[in-house]
Amino acid sequence: MKILVCISHVPDTTTKVKFVDDLKKLDITGIQWVINPWDELSLTRALELKDDPSNDIQSVTVAHVGLAGAEPTIRKALAIGADDALRINAEPRDAFYVASQLAEAVKNESYDLVLCGIESSDYNGSTVGGMLAELLGYPSVSSVSSVRIENGRFLITREIDGGKEIVNVVAPLVAIVQKGIAKEPRIAAMRGIMMARTKPLKVVEPVEMESFTDLVSFEMPKPRAACKFVDPENPGQLIDLLQNEAKII
Amino acid sequence: MSVLIFVENWDGKFKKLSFELVSYGAKLAEMMATDAIALTIGKVENGELAKLGRYGASKILVAVNEGITTFDSMNFTTVIAGIAVQEDAKVLVLSNNNTGKALAPRLSVRLKAGLGSGVNRLPASLDPFMVYKKVYSGNAYANIHIKTDVKILTLSQNSFELSESGNNSTVAEVAVEWDNAGVKTKVVEVQKQEGKILLTDADIVISGGRGMKSPENWGPIVQLAELLGAATACSRPVSDEGWRPHEEHTGQTGKIIAPNLYFAIGISGATQHLAGVSSSKFIVAINTDKDAPIFAAAQYGIIGDAGKVLPKLVEALQELKGK
Ligand SMILES: Cc1cc2nc3c(=O)[nH]c(=O)nc-3n(C[C@H](O)[C@H](O)[C@H](O)COP(=O)(O)OP(=O)(O)OC[C@H]3O[C@@H](n4cnc5c(N)ncnc54)[C@H](O)[C@@H]3O)c2cc1C
Ligand SMILES: Nc1ncnc2c1ncn2[C@@H]1O[C@H](COP(=O)(O)O)[C@@H](O)[C@H]1O
Repeated sequence: MKILVCISHVPDTTTKVKFVDDLKKLDITGIQWVINPWDELSLTRALELKDDPSNDIQSVTVAHVGLAGAEPTIRKALAIGADDALRINAEPRDAFYVASQLAEAVKNESYDLVLCGIESSDYNGSTVGGMLAELLGYPSVSSVSSVRIENGRFLITREIDGGKEIVNVVAPLVAIVQKGIAKEPRIAAMRGIMMARTKPLKVVEPVEMESFTDLVSFEMPKPRAACKFVDPENPGQLIDLLQNEAKII
Repeated sequence: MSVLIFVENWDGKFKKLSFELVSYGAKLAEMMATDAIALTIGKVENGELAKLGRYGASKILVAVNEGITTFDSMNFTTVIAGIAVQEDAKVLVLSNNNTGKALAPRLSVRLKAGLGSGVNRLPASLDPFMVYKKVYSGNAYANIHIKTDVKILTLSQNSFELSESGNNSTVAEVAVEWDNAGVKTKVVEVQKQEGKILLTDADIVISGGRGMKSPENWGPIVQLAELLGAATACSRPVSDEGWRPHEEHTGQTGKIIAPNLYFAIGISGATQHLAGVSSSKFIVAINTDKDAPIFAAAQYGIIGDAGKVLPKLVEALQELKGK
């Protein structure tokens, strides 16, 4: 069995984002780039599954659509434990473009399980995973909080309103993962970091592909009005404000 | 031409988010000078369906087939895409909830329709078709041009005002194909909590963080929630510690919510926490530290010890409710 983990490369989640070029581009000075938190967790889960010999998993591959600047992020995924990596050498234009490049690059590789995150922390699209599944013609399960393999069957837990559902899905499949998929992201050990340098990182050129959308410009949120403070000895005043000023209760 | 709104039903019932979707779709249809068509999959009673009409759907379609028993994203995509083509839908509207996130990307590929996910207002213009969405977990917004002929939008929950229109609507059942052999997802088990207000549906949310010190101190939070008909939530460390159940964790890696009112009690307001709650209409913060970042996101604040402030707050509310 083979697993593919799609990783996006995003600014560290504490970054105070700023924009340049008439608010058309992200100001990348000083930004720390990391593996998208969900993708780090799905990689962790993929490696846990591989560690269990009864699952008979031959390899965990990571794939990324992006330029060479993302290679430290990809190497980090290899250091954490992925066996090999694939980079499609193109600047992401939109989710459809990214999903199409991924689909094109992996359609003949017959991965049994493809993992994507529920959203990347930059564009918050929640889109690439579902598109990739549709392009590959695979079933997909979204909002996934657990992936297990039992006697070669995939048992996937998905969140539904007010609970969860365990579904048995026919492979090959795409699982779009969120909270719960793994407890803590696995950290690269020294040995892993050494080994990562020699693990295969294949670079392929993109195919000609359209995009459906253009990101035209960014905007900063409007600053919120200053906080109004209420006397801690008299919280009843808060109730009054919520009722009569905010008119919210 | 039409705007097609996919409205999920929960065992034959709709909820507030359904009406938000229809209100949004109807306003968009008005902008485009066309009709808003609401589509739901599976049996729903007429009384319930009529509600969709009240919010501006001029036609309500119910897709039916005996075979439809579970949510399967491939087959649902086929049903919705088929109807979109039949109705010449130029824009499809879905919720940005679990179901919408599962369907919209597949529909986008199937219909070659550009997707704007998580929008919270009407398009700024129709030609070019410009939508506005949250990016960087709420730290910025982006203006996105959707270039395709057909467009898909997913609407963030609790971001659009309900509006009743009083137009007439028609209801029609449509028999749809359902490829049972093509269903590749089989439900083997369902675990549901009944009777609780869902965090994602709640108008008011009372949330506690590490400043609550221990799970034994949650009493007043639960009391406040009961008094206000609110749901309870927490920060990530609180659920990691096992003080509160995981479903309550809000933030970037937990639930992303947008209630009318969010109480952050003993929560510092880390960016990852705010990422999940910053779309709330009002935030109230209670914290001992006057410099806690949560106060920069809040409209109302109390600088004080939650252990002392909460009981007084509960008392004041009980008094109000008693009246
Ligand atoms: C990749 C990543 C993702 C993350 N995702 C999330 C997420 O989704 N959600 C999330 O919440 N966090 C998330 N975090 C963690 C986040 O960075 C913070 O560590 C966390 O939100 C802090 O939780 P807290 O506010 O409860 O605790 P603390 O930061 O410890 O704050 C406690 C607050 O309580 C106040 N306090 C203390 N005593 C009292 C008292 N008696 N009365 C009133 N106030 C008091 C303190 O002044 C302080 O402000 C994430 C972190 C990372 C790296
Ligand atoms: N450039 C990319 N390369 C590889 N995978 C990606 C890329 N962008 C997004 N993904 C995958 O798609 C998921 C959701 O991203 P998005 O649709 O952008 O919110 C991420 O968690 C990744 O698994």
